[in-house]
Amino acid sequence: MIALGGATGLILAAFQDNVTYFYGPSDLRAQTKTVGTRLIRLGGLVTPGSVHYDASGTIQFTVGDGKAEIPVLYRGILPDLFREGQGIIAEGRITDDGVFTAATILAKHDETYMPPEVAGALKRAGTWRGESHDKSMRPKQ
Amino acid sequence: MITEIGHFTLILAFVVAVAQSGLGFVGAAKHHNGVITSSAMAAITQFILLIGAFSILMRAYIVSDFSVINVFANSHTAKPLLYKIAGVWGNHEGSMLLWVVILGLFGAAVAVFGKSLPSPLKSRVIAIHGALGALFLVFILIASNPFLRQSPAPENGQDLNPLLQDPGLAFHPPLLYLGYVGLSTTFAFALAALIDGKVDAAWARWVRPWTLAAWICLTAGIALGSWWAYYELGWGGFWFWDPVENASLMPWLAATALLHSAIVAEKRDALKGWTVLLALLAFSFSLLGTFLVRSGVLTSVHAFATDPTRGIFILGILLIVIGGAFGFYAVRAPSLRGGGLFAPISREGALVLNNLLISVLALTVLVGTLYPLFIDALSAAKISVGPPYFLSVTLPLAAPLIILMGLGPLMPWKRADLAGVAGRLKFAGLVTVAVALGLGLFMRLPLLPILGFVFATWLASAVVTDLIQRSHRPGHGVGATLLKAMTLPRATWGMALAHGGLAICLAGISGAGLQTEILTRLAPGQEFLLDGRRLVFDGVTSVAGPNYTAQRGQFRWIDSAGKIKGLLTPEKRQYPVAKTATTEAAIRSDALGDTYVVLGEPDSTGAWSIRAYRNPLAPWIWGGALIMAAGGLLSLSDRRWRIGAPRKVPTLAPAKTG
Repeated sequence: MIALGGATGLILAAFQDNVTYFYGPSDLRAQTKTVGTRLIRLGGLVTPGSVHYDASGTIQFTVGDGKAEIPVLYRGILPDLFREGQGIIAEGRITDDGVFTAATILAKHDETYMPPEVAGALKRAGTWRGESHDKSMRPKQ
Repeated sequence: MITEIGHFTLILAFVVAVAQSGLGFVGAAKHHNGVITSSAMAAITQFILLIGAFSILMRAYIVSDFSVINVFANSHTAKPLLYKIAGVWGNHEGSMLLWVVILGLFGAAVAVFGKSLPSPLKSRVIAIHGALGALFLVFILIASNPFLRQSPAPENGQDLNPLLQDPGLAFHPPLLYLGYVGLSTTFAFALAALIDGKVDAAWARWVRPWTLAAWICLTAGIALGSWWAYYELGWGGFWFWDPVENASLMPWLAATALLHSAIVAEKRDALKGWTVLLALLAFSFSLLGTFLVRSGVLTSVHAFATDPTRGIFILGILLIVIGGAFGFYAVRAPSLRGGGLFAPISREGALVLNNLLISVLALTVLVGTLYPLFIDALSAAKISVGPPYFLSVTLPLAAPLIILMGLGPLMPWKRADLAGVAGRLKFAGLVTVAVALGLGLFMRLPLLPILGFVFATWLASAVVTDLIQRSHRPGHGVGATLLKAMTLPRATWGMALAHGGLAICLAGISGAGLQTEILTRLAPGQEFLLDGRRLVFDGVTSVAGPNYTAQRGQFRWIDSAGKIKGLLTPEKRQYPVAKTATTEAAIRSDALGDTYVVLGEPDSTGAWSIRAYRNPLAPWIWGGALIMAAGGLLSLSDRRWRIGAPRKVPTLAPAKTG
């Protein structure tokens, strides 16, 4: 019983500090103030033509859901399946000027796969085009 | 035509599985030997049929028969043969078929090797295997048939996901499945014992080798998967606390706890209800893992495109199997009491505490893995639970567990004297303190790695102490002690290797806390320093593989004398058919760590972004895990599992095996 109680306490304390919330671009735009500087996940589609590399090695791009776009800064090597128009999840913090600084970028192993959160964010923004986002990306022969 | 035979063979296997289950239950209830034998024959027949179906699917892959949709979607003529074969299980349908093949393997193994089991128990175990097989075969035939055809056959296939075209991942699923599915035997034993209403020392002894076999495969499978993620994803990490990874960790934890509690059930006739519960739980975790991986309900870095209807089907199987088993347990468990109380300071006391800690560990992993699902169901919020949560819950539980792992094996059964045990571990304690002081004062490492190394040192020196204590007799010299050590039972050496392997693995994991990461942009000819290592970038050339093209960077690792210590050639590969790119990190391993270089993208000036890591002690992680698995194998080969076999060496000292 002591162990169980201890474990419950541990779990609750750990959840308090370590749960990462997910936001779509529109949600995040609307709630930038309440989010503050917490570690969050931002998911959406990489806006075509928005990816720029600067001399210092920082990569800039915007993530959008058709209604809002959030500029993202990232220092590092992008995952293999990162490309314009593709759904990604960025983990990091939003600054007061509305720029998202990403510590990690997640794209998927499989390009037919759309992260469920990103699909959900697009649905909430009303720009979900259904299966065409994922299934049609597989080349037909 | 052959493909249709494959489909038909699967249907036959389903019919045989149903017969196997029915005959097994009836035979056990009526004590009818003829019926029991026919059920065992059915188990063997079912396995042969499944092997037949699997071979037919494999043939379709090898000859690139693209009229089979499954082959079309996951293979290509240009793909190397190894990956044509690995492609069989590199997709949903094929991997589910592999799942039932392995389930059939274990059912047949019980039929063939279970000669020493009492026939009603054996018969029920086989019957439960048959029922599980039938459930999964229904699933495959209805929702996941690998033998579906299309006409006309396309000229070529869509290729296997390039990330899976890797030797590590070719063997990872079969090994992991041997572990996952191997726990079905343990599950069947537990359920059969509940039906029998009899759990005794003999039952605990029978169930252990099966659990051990599954545990060995699970350990090796998890290690292989983690190694693959380490070198193939190019992120320099080896464990991401990802739902799919957690799904394999939970059955491993439950199986580990079960291995230990079954010892108490065997030696002290106690913890019986708990052992049965763990046996049910371990396989339930396997099923849950299959559901999480195959349904795609959780966001995972390892997620692949999935089909929700299949998820619902697997969820149904999950509810039937887990719900049925635990319902039965609730009814029958009260009759399993026995053994009585025992002293808290004793071998069995230490094993109980071990079980408690491991189970709570599994529980915290379970809660962390499923929490996002609950939050998603209860509110609109989408959340993810990452490494910080898992580290902050698992470390406080792992620390006492490892202290205990040092103490437990030195404690005698029934009643131990803590002062005496502490006295015998004096030396191990001294070594541990010396290492702590050395790392803290002289090397000035960060706190978390120090703690990891200190715990690893404690465990390793306690394992060595234990081996010496078991071998050394007063007045004997080093030679005589070593000679005696060679004659210790294999199970004892197995335990020492498993615990020692964990110490090595732990040291490797702690080394990850000392990782050096460098992110830079280099033009050809430029160089950089990685933790004191000089690496010169020679440039990038284009190369062609069998089914990909690649840009290959070359780095020369130059030592202080100006000599070349090694070449590192990271690649960026493009697979034209699958329209996918992969990053192949270049890794140079030595005893003290890995040098790890990843090639990024070029910019307009011709400079490339480069990410490089020095991962101290990284090879120890997988080396330690392999030693753990080897310890399991050694223990499995111990004669005492073969009941009736005479002992080779009469033991003079009281046996302290376990």
